Order: sequence, then C-alpha cells, then structure tokens
Amino acid sequence: MSNALHPETLTVRGVTKRFAVGDDEVEALAPVDLTIPQGEFVCLIGASGCGKSTLLRIIAGFEEPSTGEALIDGKTITGPGSDRGMVFQDYALFPWMTVRENISFGPRQRQLLRGEIEKITDEFVRMVGLTPFADRYPSQLSGGMKQRVAIARVLANNANILLMDEPFGALDALTREQLQHELLQIWTRTGVTTIFVTHSVEEAVLLADRVLVMSAGPGRIDSDFRIELTRPRDVSSPEFNALRRAIARRLTSHIAPSKA
Amino acid sequence: MNDHATVTAEGAQPSAPVAAITSRRRNRQRLETLRAIVLGAGFPILLILIWDRAVAMTGTRLIPSPYQVAVMMYDFSFGGIYDDAFSGTILIHVWKSVQRVYGGFFLAALVGIPLGLLIGRIKLLRQLLDPTISLLRPIPVTAWLPLSMIFFGLGPNAAIFLVFLGAFYPILLNTIFGVRSIDPRLFEAASMLGCAGTRMFRQIVLPASLPAIFNGLRVAHGFAWILIVVGEMTGVPTGLGSVVMDGRTLSRTDLVITGMIVIGACGFVTDRIIVAISNRLLSWSPQHLE
Ligand SMILES: Nc1ncnc2c1ncn2[C@@H]1O[C@H](COP(=O)(O)OP(=O)(O)OP(=O)(O)O)[C@@H](O)[C@H]1O
Ligand SMILES: [Mg+2]
Repeated sequence: MSNALHPETLTVRGVTKRFAVGDDEVEALAPVDLTIPQGEFVCLIGASGCGKSTLLRIIAGFEEPSTGEALIDGKTITGPGSDRGMVFQDYALFPWMTVRENISFGPRQRQLLRGEIEKITDEFVRMVGLTPFADRYPSQLSGGMKQRVAIARVLANNANILLMDEPFGALDALTREQLQHELLQIWTRTGVTTIFVTHSVEEAVLLADRVLVMSAGPGRIDSDFRIELTRPRDVSSPEFNALRRAIARRLTSHIAPSKA
Repeated sequence: MNDHATVTAEGAQPSAPVAAITSRRRNRQRLETLRAIVLGAGFPILLILIWDRAVAMTGTRLIPSPYQVAVMMYDFSFGGIYDDAFSGTILIHVWKSVQRVYGGFFLAALVGIPLGLLIGRIKLLRQLLDPTISLLRPIPVTAWLPLSMIFFGLGPNAAIFLVFLGAFYPILLNTIFGVRSIDPRLFEAASMLGCAGTRMFRQIVLPASLPAIFNGLRVAHGFAWILIVVGEMTGVPTGLGSVVMDGRTLSRTDLVITGMIVIGACGFVTDRIIVAISNRLLSWSPQHLE
C-alpha cells in the first residue's frame, strides 16, 4: 500500500482555526506547523478542548482551516478524500449495512469489478478477525468489534493516512489492549501513516514513534517526543516509565496554570 | 446468532440438554403467542357481548343486534338472503376502495418521499417550501372536498385526491424528520470513503431515514383508509365508503355497520402487511422490530 517512490508526506503549515459561537469567536488552534513522513505512527495528546479533534478534522478535510493549509505531498487538502480515513470514537458505522457491506463500502464507491471488491472485503474482514461475524449488523456487535469494522472500512479503501480520534476510549481495558496490539500489527503490515489521539500517556508511549503534546488556549503543539524503544514495548521497563513520566510532566505543566 | 440455532437444529446429534432447552424455549414462545391472540381477540368479543346485551335491554330499533349485522355481512359477502343491490357485492366494493386508497397512498409516497429527502437535505428548498407546507397542513382534508369536486368532478379521481392529501403530509413530514436526524458523522464517513452527490442520496440519506419514512407510511396508510369514506362521499356508485353512505340514506344501519367492519378489517390486514415489510427492510434497526 505504501508507495516507496512517492513517500506521501503530510504537512501542516500555519494552520489556525476559529469557530463562531454566537456573536463570539473561539480560537481553537493557534498556528500549528507539523510534518509527518509516510508510515510514521504519531500520537496526539493534550488536555480536553485543546484542539486535537479539530486538527484531525482539518487533516481529514471535514473542516477548513481559518488560515494556513494542510498538504499531502505538496497538494493542499480541500475536502474529504479516500486517501485519508477517519476512525471515530463512536464508530459511525452504517447501521443498515452488515459488517461486510460496511467494509466494502469504499471499494464499491470506486466501482471496481465485483470479484475484486469481494477479494478486498474478504481480506480485510479476515485481517480484523471478523469472518464469523461478517453478516451481522453493527447493532449486533460489541464495541471492540465495531471499532475493528471501522478500522477495516478505512483500510479497505486504500487509505494512506489513518486518523484515529480516541478510538479505544470507550472500550474496556482488556479489549483495548488487544486492539492496540492488533493495530500495531496492521500498521506494521500496511505501513499506513497513523495519527492517533489519546488521553492516555501510557497508550501513547506504547504505540507511537512520536508523541506530540498539545497545549490549550489556543491549541498548539507544545512538545515533540520521539519514542525510540523497540517493539513490542515493555510497559514495566525503566526506559518506558522514564518517557511516560517526562510526557506526563509536560502535559500537567499546561493543565495546572491554565485552570487557575 | 442464527448460526448456533441452525447448527443445533441440523447438526448430526444435538446433545440432549441443548435440545431440551430449545424445546422449552419454543414452548414458552408458543404460549406467549397464544396469550397475545386470546387477549387481542377477547376484548372485541367482550364489546360485541356488551353491544348485544345493550340492544336487547333497551329494545332500540335504531341499532341492529350483532346477529342482524352478521346476517347482513353474510348477505353482503355471499348473497342469498336479501337479494338486493348489495347482496354478494363485497369484492367489487373492496376492490374499488383498494384501488382508490392505494392510488392516493402510492401517489403520496411517490411525491412525499423524494420531496422530503430533498427538503431535509437542501437548506434552500427548506427555506422555500417550509412556510407553505406549514400553512397548508392544518387545513382539514374535508375542507378540500368542494374544491376537489371542482378540480376532478364527481368520480373516483376526487376520492383519490383526498386520500392523497391525507396521506401526503405524514409521509412528507416524517421523511424530512428522518433526514434531519441522521447523524452527521455518517455523511462524513461516507464522503471520506468516496461517496458524493446523488449516490449520497441513494446510499446514505434514503436508508438512514427509512425507519422514519416507514413510520410516516404507516400513519399515512391509516389516514388513507379513514379518508376513503369521505372520498367516496363525492358521488361514486361503488366502494366501501359509498356503501356506508348508501346505508345511511336508506336508513339501513346494519349495512352501515357492515361497511364499517369491512373497512376496519381491510385497514387492519393491510397494516399488518406494512409492518411485515418494514420489519423485513429494517431488521438492522434494533428499535424498530415489533
Ligand atoms: N463546531 C464547533 N463550534 C464551536 N466551537 C468548537 C467546535 N468544535 C470545537 N470547538 C471548540 O474548539 C476547541 C477545541 O475543540 P476540540 O474538539 O478540537 O478539542 P479536543 O482536544 O479534541 O478535546 P477532547 O479531548 O475533549 O476531545 C474547544 O474549545 C471547542 O469548544
Ligand atoms: Mg476530541
């Protein structure tokens, strides 16, 4: 899926975002600059309301930046596109479609041959381990299964960039751990660039190549941690915990004064 | 979840305890169905008994007894008792009314659903049409009777028009409501997966609002059968509504009540059909199943 000749770099250049709220304006993002090379796994972490979702939605093309621009390979993002796929916290599956139909939705839009659509669908249903549940509707699935469908739906569409907004936030600890593991496997196999929003420092250090800490008022990127630990990572190792503490310290240093 | 059921039902040797549990569950279901039938049918039977007693005790001659209505019903269905203009004519009248009810109903669905989808989705259209709709909607369908007779003359078309009017607003309004309450994330999800334009209507807007559309269809369908009596007051010679009106003119209350019962039965049976269709189409929706 990754294209070695054209590494699709994601660039965010001077992006700001203001929302009109009644007669007022909320400044959600101060100028944000960011470069993410193809294949990197980036975690975004920051206090609630600091603009993580907003940044993700701008990259997805659901929101327009007030100033600045987001680019993929030098081309400005002007709207949603199948090169980028968002995995929502509340899944946003199509409730009237089965698992299989949800996953084949993207390929069907591209009007591929039927055999090809089936092949792709089978592959991704299997990749997320849902073959026995392929003909169920979303309302008949557990939260973890739904999130797997959401991930497969985006990957089946050949997305190069996976945008995940607190995807595992609503899941229990055990399911969450399992999905983290599966996500890493999928990421390793497909080389898809991943931007993953989380509130858990541990999750960020466990998953990411790079952790971006955002601070609020208005939202900007405060610090950029590179995680060089080899995978699979040992949550109890001293290096892991040193990083976790360092990031947590950065995070709380912003929360405390701004709420005073 | 069906997998388990079929495996135990068709598998080589379902183990004894599993079979016992399945059969116990089936028995409980059967009992539940039986209870529903007894309760559902018991109440009308009770009403008929009260009716019978009340007629007998008051000795009124204005209201026929259930037995007299039953005789009339038999004659209306098969003939051979009174041998008048109504004997054995039930199918003709039902067929005429069905044509008018469904003529108006399908016309209303044909206009109401696409218009509702468009109004729900396109702001400009909403601004253009919403005030007009709100203005026309409170006008009772019966108030259109004189105008519809001018437009369509005496005859079935006026009846179809009235049924159309009565069925149109519930379908339109429920469709608009259905579209307006679609989770906006579904549109985002669809557009990021490469869906746009008219395909969005067919693949997202229509199926997502289908539960609300079916609610509208069901309400409208009820109205359509209600309005058939009004519609067939416009001087058509056949149809269940005209049977009721003729019964009134001839002071034959047994005929009036017979007509009422047939209308009720038609409405009931066809409503069950609509529910069955919607349960089938909306099996994905956990709230919808009855
Ligand atoms: N559609 C909107 N209209 C008005 N204000 C908005 C809108 N979306 C976001 N905001 C504001 O922008 C700011 C950033 O919101 P955003 O949702 O990006 O935060 P977040 O970092 O994702 O928070 P959380 O961790 O709680 O999800 C907040 O102050 C929020 O109130
Ligand atoms: Mg958010």
